[in-house]
Amino acid sequence: MAKAKTKTPKPEELAKIDYSPPEKHWTEVPVEFRPGTYCYGARPKYLEEVDMPNPREWQPYEDDWKLPENWKEIVLEGMEDRLNKYRTFRLFMDICVRCGACADKCHFFIGSGDPKNMPVLRAELVRSVYRKYFTTGGKLFGKKAGARELTMDVFKEWWYYFYQCTECRRCSVFCPYGIDTAEITIMGRELTNLLGCNTDWIAGPVANCYHKGNHLGLEPHTIQSNIEMMCDDIEEITGIRIEPTFNRKGAEILFVTPSGDLFGVPGVYTCMGYLMLFHELGLDYTWSTYASEGGNFGFFTSNEMARRLHYKIYAEAKRLGVKWILGGECGHMWRLIHQYLDTWWGPADFLEVPKSPITGTVFENAKSTKMVHVVEFTADLIRHGKLKLDPSRNDHLRVTFHDSCNTSRGMGFFEEPRYVIKNVCNHFYEMPENTIREKTFCCGSGSGLNASENMEIRMRGGFPRANAVRHVNQKYGVNMLANVCAIDRAALTTLMQYWVPDVEVCGVHELVGNALVMTGETERTMDLRLEELPGKEEEEEDV
Amino acid sequence: MGALFSLGVVIALVLVALVGVKGAHLQSLFGVVIPYLAVITFFIGLIYRVVKWGKTPVPFKIPTTCGQQKSLPWIKYSKLESPATGWEVFLRMALEVLLFRSLFRNLKMQRSGERVVYGSAKWLWLGGILFHYSFLVVLIRHLRLFTNPVPSFVRLIESFDGFLQIGLPNLMMTGVVLLGAATYLFLRRIYIPSVRYISLPADYFPLFLIMAIATTGILMRYFIRVDVIKVKELTMGLARLNPTVPDGIGTIFYIHIFLVSTLFAYFPFSKLVHLGGIFLSPTRNLANNSRMVRHVNPWLYPVKVHTYEEYEEEFREKMVSVGIPVEKPLETKETEEASEEESEGKE
Repeated sequence: MAKAKTKTPKPEELAKIDYSPPEKHWTEVPVEFRPGTYCYGARPKYLEEVDMPNPREWQPYEDDWKLPENWKEIVLEGMEDRLNKYRTFRLFMDICVRCGACADKCHFFIGSGDPKNMPVLRAELVRSVYRKYFTTGGKLFGKKAGARELTMDVFKEWWYYFYQCTECRRCSVFCPYGIDTAEITIMGRELTNLLGCNTDWIAGPVANCYHKGNHLGLEPHTIQSNIEMMCDDIEEITGIRIEPTFNRKGAEILFVTPSGDLFGVPGVYTCMGYLMLFHELGLDYTWSTYASEGGNFGFFTSNEMARRLHYKIYAEAKRLGVKWILGGECGHMWRLIHQYLDTWWGPADFLEVPKSPITGTVFENAKSTKMVHVVEFTADLIRHGKLKLDPSRNDHLRVTFHDSCNTSRGMGFFEEPRYVIKNVCNHFYEMPENTIREKTFCCGSGSGLNASENMEIRMRGGFPRANAVRHVNQKYGVNMLANVCAIDRAALTTLMQYWVPDVEVCGVHELVGNALVMTGETERTMDLRLEELPGKEEEEEDV
Repeated sequence: MGALFSLGVVIALVLVALVGVKGAHLQSLFGVVIPYLAVITFFIGLIYRVVKWGKTPVPFKIPTTCGQQKSLPWIKYSKLESPATGWEVFLRMALEVLLFRSLFRNLKMQRSGERVVYGSAKWLWLGGILFHYSFLVVLIRHLRLFTNPVPSFVRLIESFDGFLQIGLPNLMMTGVVLLGAATYLFLRRIYIPSVRYISLPADYFPLFLIMAIATTGILMRYFIRVDVIKVKELTMGLARLNPTVPDGIGTIFYIHIFLVSTLFAYFPFSKLVHLGGIFLSPTRNLANNSRMVRHVNPWLYPVKVHTYEEYEEEFREKMVSVGIPVEKPLETKETEEASEEESEGKE
């Protein structure tokens, strides 16, 4: 079976977007699986590895999705079950007034003009079916009451648009009732998973994470050697040899970060920043190869799968006997740690309330979950003057900050990263007000959409973010887009190459690593990317 | 098309009342029976809906945070947009319910060449606020018909509402504002292409219904006058559960009360239940303190997990080879050979 190959249109073409809705009513416009806008279907081996139903070879562009005969029954029963379990789902089916405030808030709508990417219509895809089977009005008056049958075409339409929503929650900021499309997409994706219809890009990492501990499927020795390679680079840059420990019992702190930080650029630079910081502090911490993933592609599959994957963090903390847990820079990881982890696997009464061994600060805000964000940790260090910093080592960078959706609208994490960045960089510029903080725009590739076969829709979804970056690039010469998310670090890099090629992407702790003056280090001539620091190479010539 | 259908239904309702009262003389049906049934439907229906939502669990604490979290003591957090305590949640909800805080944030996306810009867009907020508050005042003013003596707060509101002192009887502003705001909400549905595209008959119908209610009310007060004494006799009868139907109340009154009854009865089955729903919305009415206070999911069930033991079993050799500590030591050469011999022996 030949996979449809496509070329992503050029930016100039993609930027021409038609926002006028079609003549036909949306229920009469069938879904079109246009290459470049969707991900491939999950391979059976991945589903089998985690006991998900209906493993088989299938592709979304094929007519026959090879679903069980009673698929409709399964979906409707699944819907009823979830309507009774999630107040959000039931309430958000009932109270929307279709005022349209959310319509132009979705990055996929802004980037594609497809009306079914308006959050209200994305939700109506399900609401129409809800009315038909779960409300009296819908049963009696059918189409006049906005109800429609669940057919194979409707199911395919669901699939297409639920895997074209990044669960970023921007719409829920503007909704007068707080209707959160993410809640509806999450339910919708659960329903597709009852029939084995995940994307391959999500199902693969889920299977990897379940068995090997992380999305990338890095085995223990590989994790260790990857980190050692980073330590080699750090030694080259600073002259200091760092010897991190793995799965060490009795450490004070367990450090968990998304596996994206362990592999590939620019994630590894962020990881080097952590390593340098912890070394400089003499922190008594350990890595774990078992709990080697902070992120959770299970969350893009079903809440049950998310919970299954997130088990490892507390389990490992308990086994190793640490006092508390420190978490790396990641978006949806932090939404889950902040809003779900304690509910799933708490109470973590085998841990202690996190206390910084350096400043003595007790992190009261994490007193139940016992997990602290590394940027919170670092902000506290800087506040107490515990770090020697030389921000001029970031002078070759003109930095802006991208608020990740999950940490913004699912945590309220705005000032900590800004505080850190402003202390380690001399040139920081904000993007326009309506595109940052709680109004931030998604990278376009969150919630498991960062595959390559759907590149066109990723570039469309990331268009509003790129547009704001281009603004500060042209106005202030910004050349570095900092963020606190592993998916961002990968996805924004691609996005920038497409829309704003002279802007690079980094994690906040890469900037910290650049600025951090370490005890006994040699004169720095390179940044963490092993690129010459401007000004420093001339000094060498003088000598 | 949805609009025409809804308009047709409202016209039909007007005709039903007209024919029923003028033709069939069913004053008691339209003046007593239907209003009672409608009010009962309204209360039972709304309570049923709210109880049903309330009984549905909230498995996770998932407020949408629109401001800085409470974290380090020296970082100022946003009490209203990211509330950490019950009191702050109450304030956030009050802003939401009373002032439509989230709608006030509204922006309008505009393209200028290759660029996208986001401008302020407060019209929907203003229209919504005027619509809801004028409706509320009109509703309170109508308490005059169901109370004797009329409470002072009703009189007070009336005097504010009529402070312009135009015409006789004194013009009540809110009636006109209500009609105007409803008309605005209807027009934006028609004129904004994306909003027209998402609109259902269920979006037009309540607007037409409310416009018709406001229109009949205004007609009755200023133009086709009805005998207010007799109307109050009827409404007081309703309030005292001792209904009487005085002769000679104009048909327009029965059309008005029939439309109002329709609105009451329709309310619990429609999107209008957002009146109750907004209080229960988990993205707004929960505190952003989930790392401080554990939230309990009432239906959590056991799930299959991959334990450390299973993990080590698979990777022990690789872990030992690079010096990563393990729980169970690697089987030594001899025991391995012994077990191999054993299995060979079995063959």
